[in-house]
Amino acid sequence: MEKNAVIAENLSKSFKKVNAVKSVSFGIGKGELFGFIGPDGAGKSTLFRMLVTLLLPDEGKASISGLDVVSDFRKVRNILGYMPGKFSLYQDLTVEQNLNFYATIFGTTVKENYHLIKDIYVQIEPFKNRLAGNLSGGMKQKLALSCALIHKPEVLVLDEPTTGVDAVSRKEFWEMLGRLKHEGITILVSTPYMDEAILCDRVALIQDGSILRIDKPDEITKSFGKPVFAVKSDRTHDLILDLKSFRGVEAANLFGNQVHVVMNNSDVDAGQITTFLKEKGQTSLDVREIEAGIEDCFIDLMINKS
Amino acid sequence: MVTTESIIHVRNMVKKFGGFVANDNLNFDVYRGEIFGFLGANGAGKTTAMKILCGLSLPTSGEIKVAGFDVYKETNLIKRNIGYMSQRFSLYEDLSVYENIRFYGGIYGLSRKLIRERADFLLETLNLSDIRNKLIKDLPLGWRQKLAFSVAIFHKPGIVFLDEPTGGVDPITRRQFWEMIYQAAADGITVFVTTHYMDEAEYCNRVSIMVDGKIRALDTPEGLKKQFAAATMNEVFLKLARNNQSV
Repeated sequence: MEKNAVIAENLSKSFKKVNAVKSVSFGIGKGELFGFIGPDGAGKSTLFRMLVTLLLPDEGKASISGLDVVSDFRKVRNILGYMPGKFSLYQDLTVEQNLNFYATIFGTTVKENYHLIKDIYVQIEPFKNRLAGNLSGGMKQKLALSCALIHKPEVLVLDEPTTGVDAVSRKEFWEMLGRLKHEGITILVSTPYMDEAILCDRVALIQDGSILRIDKPDEITKSFGKPVFAVKSDRTHDLILDLKSFRGVEAANLFGNQVHVVMNNSDVDAGQITTFLKEKGQTSLDVREIEAGIEDCFIDLMINKS
Repeated sequence: MVTTESIIHVRNMVKKFGGFVANDNLNFDVYRGEIFGFLGANGAGKTTAMKILCGLSLPTSGEIKVAGFDVYKETNLIKRNIGYMSQRFSLYEDLSVYENIRFYGGIYGLSRKLIRERADFLLETLNLSDIRNKLIKDLPLGWRQKLAFSVAIFHKPGIVFLDEPTGGVDPITRRQFWEMIYQAAADGITVFVTTHYMDEAEYCNRVSIMVDGKIRALDTPEGLKKQFAAATMNEVFLKLARNNQSV
């Protein structure tokens, strides 16, 4: 119990007709980089807002470092860093003023914890006299992360920090999270990008307010249990339809310029699929068995749940 | 059907904001019936260029025609002949499904009869007939995005501009959305799309990649992968954009 930095037990929250979070439970270890992976509307933000004491749960309970998020909410706020999905710093304060403001509120100074934010902050320091409202998206994100870190929180909660961010900046952002993890900070991060799952120690796949699965990303993909083939041809659109008519095909989904085919049994090999597709008139074929990825698993869980 | 008829014609397009050059001499054509991916890092100048092509902002200089119309003098004709859908705002949340369709149809000057006919067909195709009177805010995000796309092409424009249409959408709906894009292209609508999902770049006929206000690469996904000796579009993007990082 004590080893867990964050615990949630049967947390639920509804808004009028919508059950945003449905009896969600998990435990997150100290120093873990934990991802909540799911599309918009899955309940990620509502869940986070309950954990950071901004929203009262309807049912269930949660604690941060052993402190209850409802009864001990003041103490929880002191040990928590939160970066909401929507940019919420003061737009009419400068970069430097925002950072000083957050340090002061938490009774510390920028100097005291500068080592934590140094890597991130040096990139925006040349613009320290610019108003936060006039920063580019990437710079806002770096400032928001600096402000969330400046009081050296035990637990850092980041709500979709990479949404709408380009592939290069996303990669850099995850490299930053990796460094913070080494400082011993527990990190909860939510994202709709399935490919970011592998960058987490463990992930919860979340959809429609429920957790579909919690595990290490490679455990999730390893335990997929059904053969998956990646198939390429020069007529991708017909390829999906042709594959769906092959015996034993459970799903055929587009992944870039390939189709991933999930089989419901393991007595088919790449050669048989190739032969079948050739008879259908497909050319320039490339069929190979692959390991399932997180997105394959997520799609499978979505289908088999409903 | 991809044709060789240029429907978006851009020559020496420059857009400056004071001393800052957001679009630095862009040159490209988009052909009728094509799915054209418009990629680039945040702040590379994509939104600026897209606003000009939609007739919402004037370029500083250059010769630009969209659907045959001039972006300096014929912006109203451009607006009438294109469709636009963004990730953030696309439908009125406190109007019903049908009211949204009727509203957009009306804006584009379609007759009541035509709106009714096309709306019935559309709702049936999308399997939304039963909930035509439901408010948009009560629909799941995936349905909204599919409906928003259908509304954006309701007046059968020559071109539709899609600004990150699949951001945050679940993996199944994201694929269904692309099937709709393929269908629209097959029906002769040119699709101009931005995305941060690099697997979606593979679904485009051609892709351009902007870095620091310039188009640094433009080719088919296969061609770009060859040119940059990369296995995926993600690698191509990282190779191009990484060395040109402005904060």
